[in-house]
Amino acid sequence: MTEVLHDRKNHPPNGVRTPKKTPAAPRPRLSRRGLPRANYPAGLGALIWLGIVGLPLYVLVATTFQTRDGYIDDGPLALPDHPTLTNYRRVLRSDFLSYLLNTALVTAVCAAIVITLSVTVGYTVVRARGRASRRIFQIFLLGLAIPSQAVVIPVYLVITKLQLYDTLLAVILPTAAFSLPVSVLVLVGTMRDIDEELYESMALDGASPTRVLLQLVVPLSRSAISTVGVMSALHAWNGFLFPLLLTQSKGNRLLTLGLYDYVGEFRVDTPALLTAVVLSIVPIFLVYLFARRQLISGLMGVGGK
Amino acid sequence: MADAAPTRARRPARQPRRSVGRAGVGRPGVVWALPGALFFVFFAVAPMLLVGALAFTDWDGIGTPSWTGMSNWSRLWDDPETHQAIRLSLVLTVLTWVFQTPLALLLGVWAAGRQRNRAVLSAVFFLPLLGSSVALALVWKSLLDPNFGLVADIGPALGFADGDLLGSSNGAFGAILFVTAWQFIPLHTLIYQGGARAIPRSLYDAAAIDGAGTVRQFFSITLPQLRNTVVTSSVIMVVGALTFFDTVLILTKGGPGTDTTIVPYLMYKNGFQAFDLGYASAVATILVFVATTVSLLLVRLTGFAAMRSTREGM
Repeated sequence: MTEVLHDRKNHPPNGVRTPKKTPAAPRPRLSRRGLPRANYPAGLGALIWLGIVGLPLYVLVATTFQTRDGYIDDGPLALPDHPTLTNYRRVLRSDFLSYLLNTALVTAVCAAIVITLSVTVGYTVVRARGRASRRIFQIFLLGLAIPSQAVVIPVYLVITKLQLYDTLLAVILPTAAFSLPVSVLVLVGTMRDIDEELYESMALDGASPTRVLLQLVVPLSRSAISTVGVMSALHAWNGFLFPLLLTQSKGNRLLTLGLYDYVGEFRVDTPALLTAVVLSIVPIFLVYLFARRQLISGLMGVGGK
Repeated sequence: MADAAPTRARRPARQPRRSVGRAGVGRPGVVWALPGALFFVFFAVAPMLLVGALAFTDWDGIGTPSWTGMSNWSRLWDDPETHQAIRLSLVLTVLTWVFQTPLALLLGVWAAGRQRNRAVLSAVFFLPLLGSSVALALVWKSLLDPNFGLVADIGPALGFADGDLLGSSNGAFGAILFVTAWQFIPLHTLIYQGGARAIPRSLYDAAAIDGAGTVRQFFSITLPQLRNTVVTSSVIMVVGALTFFDTVLILTKGGPGTDTTIVPYLMYKNGFQAFDLGYASAVATILVFVATTVSLLLVRLTGFAAMRSTREGM
């Protein structure tokens, strides 16, 4: 702590003394790989939060290797005495993989629809002239406040009238629609920060709106677009109410609904149930590992410009 | 220039060549937003209006809705369960904001730092966001099981001697508040992290030169610069809290009694368990009304619609 204070006292004078002589005045900080000084209270808070997040996750994963009797006897905190894969075999032998495929399909199509539509809408809201684009933005802002639960009854009516009830499309369409407001908002926020001069220099080149979108707006909004993609994919993957109310047959069942059904199927076999939970998270975890790298490089790309 | 083809038909007519370099060139027409806008209107805005109409009907979900005038509304007006549900939803929303915002803000700003340990920890913090709310509610349901769950081990330390957290009204309500926070704080942390990273370093460098410490920098630079982020996060949070349905369904089924029956669960109960979709539509209309009002207030109060870049004037 004293070191930190000491450090803090020493730095500003350095900064004040040098800037007029050398333009590289803030360099001392950068020479330490750009790291600002450590913040111990915040670090402690983060460690506490790590415990709150980590403990349930530990129990979740540890339990999946536990037998049912072991779980009941030893409690959730114990490491499994005899680690077993029985739970995984049991879950994979059920219809899990079919649920997984359905969910992956729905998620991919939703994310594609959301990215395409929100990028074009965001671009128009930020760059188009006139009142109409402002109105459209206001519709989406208002749409932020429409909870999907609240309109599920009319959506049910619309879907049955379109004869889409109990199809994957019945889930995809409303799910994608409800991802749009947040996505548009995120993208508009980012696209507004793109420098006006960059647009002007492209306009000087006589660039068409398509070219401005593809060569300027999309590259500079890459991190926001990744965020939108990740968020809408998660939203589709997480979706429960639309599958619950708009699909029926086992062939069109999605993972969330499948998990809900396992509660009845596995009854008191908590390890088997939690194994299904873990297996439902694994695929999106892999996607996350991949998408996170994109997210970070996107942020750095913008930061470097 | 070569790839101006897609808009050839429209652009040159309105923007003659000589205006090259003026602000109108290369701007998209409103047509660009139409696919997205129409899609959204069809599946979200129109249903919102439709739910208001269905609230004046009697419908069992199979036949055709039949007009019944105000009967759903007068029933709703007298229904103590509805009053309780609205109250519970509002309390849950306020507490959610109070609980989640400071934590997410602090964690997000902290995670925005580029130190290696922060990157590793924030990767862990993000994990709850990967599970569906159904999956996470099932995990917590197991953890909160009074016989075999984690709460049986550590419950007594928290003041629940028999560990039956979900059996008491306050315990069940608190469990929903906590479990949803556990699930959604990562999302808002990420939003704040993105916002904080977008703040120009030069502001901090200038503040450091002026001798401002970490705390001072947080209140004088980070917080004001994150103004728009706070509004975004808050709107998402408020609408989210009004619609914690999955968690309630799995964790408490609205109980004990009706003590955690918030508005969306009440709607589900009436609509898809009792198949009284007309009455459920009236309940849903309230949800639309409350959510829209709260969000409009947030947006108005903070002047978000008129928001421009926080970079202005730099």
